[in-house]
Amino acid sequence: MTAVLEMRGIGKEYYGNRVLRGIDLEVGAGEVVCLVGENGAGKSTLMNILFGMPVILETGGFEGTVKIGGEDVRIQSPQQAMELGVGMVHQEFMLVPGFSVVENIKLNREVTRSNLISTILEGISSFGSRLRSLDEATMLADAQAALDRVGLDVDPLDLVGELPVGHKQFIEIAREVDRSRARLLVFDEPSAVLAETEADRLLTTMKQLAADGIGILFITHRLDEVLEIADRVVVLRDGEQVCTMQRQETDASKIAELMVGRKVEARSLPARKFPVQDEDRILTVRDLRVSMPGESVSGLDLNVRRGEILGVGGLAGYGKLGLSNGLAGLFAATGEVAKDGQPFPLHNPLEAMKRGMAFVSEDRRGVGLLLDESIELNMGLPWIHCQKRFLKSWIPGLGLLDGSSLSKHARQMIERFDIRCVGSEQPVRRLSGGNQQKVCIAKAITGDPDLLLVNEPTRGVDVGAKQRILDELVALNRKQRMTVVLTSSELAELRSVCDRVAIVSRGRVSKILAPDAPDVEFGLAMAG
Amino acid sequence: MKRVLAMLRNHAVPVTFLLVSLALCIASRQSASFLTGEILNRLVRNSFTTLSLLIPVLAGLGLNFGIVIGAMAGQMAIVTVVHWNLTGFSALGTAWILALPIAVIFGWLVGCLFNRAKGREMVTGLIAGFFSNGLYQLLFLFLVGSLIPFSNPDLILPQGFGLRNTVNLKSMEYSLDDVASVSWMAGKGMEVRLAGKVVRKPEAPAADPDNPFAALRAMSASFSPPIKLPLATAGIIVLLCVGIRRLLRTKLGQDMRAVGQDMHIAAVAGIPVDQVRMVAVILSTVLAAWGQIIYLQNMGTLNTYSSHEQIGMFAVASLLVGGATVSRATVWQALMGTLMFHTLFVTSPLAGKHLMGDPQIGEYFRVFIAYGVIAVALALHAWGGGKKSSD
Repeated sequence: MTAVLEMRGIGKEYYGNRVLRGIDLEVGAGEVVCLVGENGAGKSTLMNILFGMPVILETGGFEGTVKIGGEDVRIQSPQQAMELGVGMVHQEFMLVPGFSVVENIKLNREVTRSNLISTILEGISSFGSRLRSLDEATMLADAQAALDRVGLDVDPLDLVGELPVGHKQFIEIAREVDRSRARLLVFDEPSAVLAETEADRLLTTMKQLAADGIGILFITHRLDEVLEIADRVVVLRDGEQVCTMQRQETDASKIAELMVGRKVEARSLPARKFPVQDEDRILTVRDLRVSMPGESVSGLDLNVRRGEILGVGGLAGYGKLGLSNGLAGLFAATGEVAKDGQPFPLHNPLEAMKRGMAFVSEDRRGVGLLLDESIELNMGLPWIHCQKRFLKSWIPGLGLLDGSSLSKHARQMIERFDIRCVGSEQPVRRLSGGNQQKVCIAKAITGDPDLLLVNEPTRGVDVGAKQRILDELVALNRKQRMTVVLTSSELAELRSVCDRVAIVSRGRVSKILAPDAPDVEFGLAMAG
Repeated sequence: MKRVLAMLRNHAVPVTFLLVSLALCIASRQSASFLTGEILNRLVRNSFTTLSLLIPVLAGLGLNFGIVIGAMAGQMAIVTVVHWNLTGFSALGTAWILALPIAVIFGWLVGCLFNRAKGREMVTGLIAGFFSNGLYQLLFLFLVGSLIPFSNPDLILPQGFGLRNTVNLKSMEYSLDDVASVSWMAGKGMEVRLAGKVVRKPEAPAADPDNPFAALRAMSASFSPPIKLPLATAGIIVLLCVGIRRLLRTKLGQDMRAVGQDMHIAAVAGIPVDQVRMVAVILSTVLAAWGQIIYLQNMGTLNTYSSHEQIGMFAVASLLVGGATVSRATVWQALMGTLMFHTLFVTSPLAGKHLMGDPQIGEYFRVFIAYGVIAVALALHAWGGGKKSSD
């Protein structure tokens, strides 16, 4: 069997931060290789390297060699990758809704024939070739052949916008297949948007394509799919290749363990003064549905006990971020939510804050901070509005800002969180990521909430600040009995500080685990 | 029945305006021959400019208010041609050739601007039109004859610089229209002109003392103006329509449609988005320049400082009346829209005069129609667009 793709010793650093180390990947003609790994394991970086994405070149290229069809290549652009016969089936559709199926399959690869005007103009400049007429009959025939190959029964003249989502995925595949030299197809989580039966059809199609001699690289989170289709499985974790296995050698729990497996750092947490009791619920969530793009929640049930730290984990795009964003009122949501036994309004951030809930967004620079405003104003602003704090009281109703009390508060917070800045009036834009995050958390607790929702507090934060932030969350919990719902992509972090970890998968809580549960269970719960 | 209703719903805008035009035609109490002649004349005069809007719409740039700048290019060419004392068809042809490079440069400038203001092309084009009107005035009001050596007592104001308010274009009036035209004169028959010469003369009806209607007919004929169909101009418009449709079935046309549908996807597929948009704007500007020349040869006078001003607004309104939106337009919508918009335009002051006894009311109605159409169509589009994004 000849290898259509051979990657050897691939490594990549972003600004001194190593994200890939010594990856060897090989895909033979007619072989299906599955690439699995947690978010952040380096899968997308690897694919960016394969497709010569600008982001790789702009950050200093990569280490190692890539061979396609046995020849050494340096891929400089996605265009070049396509010319070499490497196709990508995108996770989000790259289809023009107002175009017919044919037009989409042939997008920018239209078949043309010359006409009088184009012939004349071609003599003058190369632009003339753009005026060639479309050869619609040939385009239709080509498209039909490609559709037949992926087994999609649809009228090629239908508009794509009017087709169901599942069909669109197959049209994307047909487009890649139609490239005459397609040798390797990369499927980037194609089944994430498909219904069960469509996903099955997809697997069948992939098998057929492989039987035709096309190499397939399949990126997925669904372990059952991996087991069904893969010839080989490559597991990435933290930018390293954990192992490469033949399908016969493996099973779901083994893959799950390899994906997640890392030693949980033993961390001694301070003891609790207030015990956490199962019946004392600060928040009950029933059938919560949040329409947050890319992180939608569909029918989630959850109880949060007073005084605990509840971790929320799961894969990106499966709804873990939607939970807290929905509760905080940032996105339209429905469902029955009660706080302290009282019904809790959804899609109403002001009311959420008044009821003692504070939220730290994962989008620090977009949602969390007013970048050009001072540290003190950032900390105080929501509560000036919501609780009428930091206002001068001598003219009731006028609402003049009391700068000195705000500064005083900000200085206390700066000291408490060890925020590195030149003063409380410094604009937050000039702070480092870690210090910005500390401002966000300081802002949230300024209003003395009894329930704190924190999303991705350690994303893009250096190690020292990371520790500080986690310690501070634990301290808030232990000393002030603040209930914390901590959402994070880093499972290790959740397992180090939380009392329980809820894993969200496909918009629902798939399992609630103890932090010291075995790796296998976490892996399986994440894969749904 | 259901199908008829569905069709009415799908074409609500043109159907509404068709009904309004018909009502106004009746209310204006004018003879059919007067209305036909007037509307036909305006249809032929204005269609070319309306059609120049199609390509940018299909390339996703929305309604190109920047065609005002193209019209300016056309007028610059016309002024030059008049200065050179060219007459007839040679004047027209030279004006077209002269306008081409000017319009290409202007179109390129507008295109550069639009490529930096993606998604806001319409308001950008509108303002760019106003801005270039300032430059145009500066050029023709002060620079011509002072900085730019130019002396022609027929064109220059007595002060020695600056162009006169109106430029007489009698030398080239109907120079395109009369390459081939047919006029029907009530009671007299047809007049046919070819290459500017009368080939077939209408015959005055023979006096027939026995027929009491003959005298009456002769009298009515002297009142109603001839209905003229300029075949040559109409032919050029048909040619343009066919050309636009053919262009859409080429690689470039397909790229334009793809860019118009979704710039991001087109870019990912490797289509040079900025270049395609640039070509669309340049084409539109050139067509607008040529359209303005056609318009002016029919009018017979150039209002130096105002002929171009409303061209953009009227062309846009025409296209919208025809049922086009800022993202979809067809050749038929452009033609039907021009027909209906100018019907409204002709009949509304007359209808106002008869209904309200005051022509001023009709004049208000005319303005209301012209701008109201644009406002309603854009509001409907924003509404529809908003719905789409919340889905």
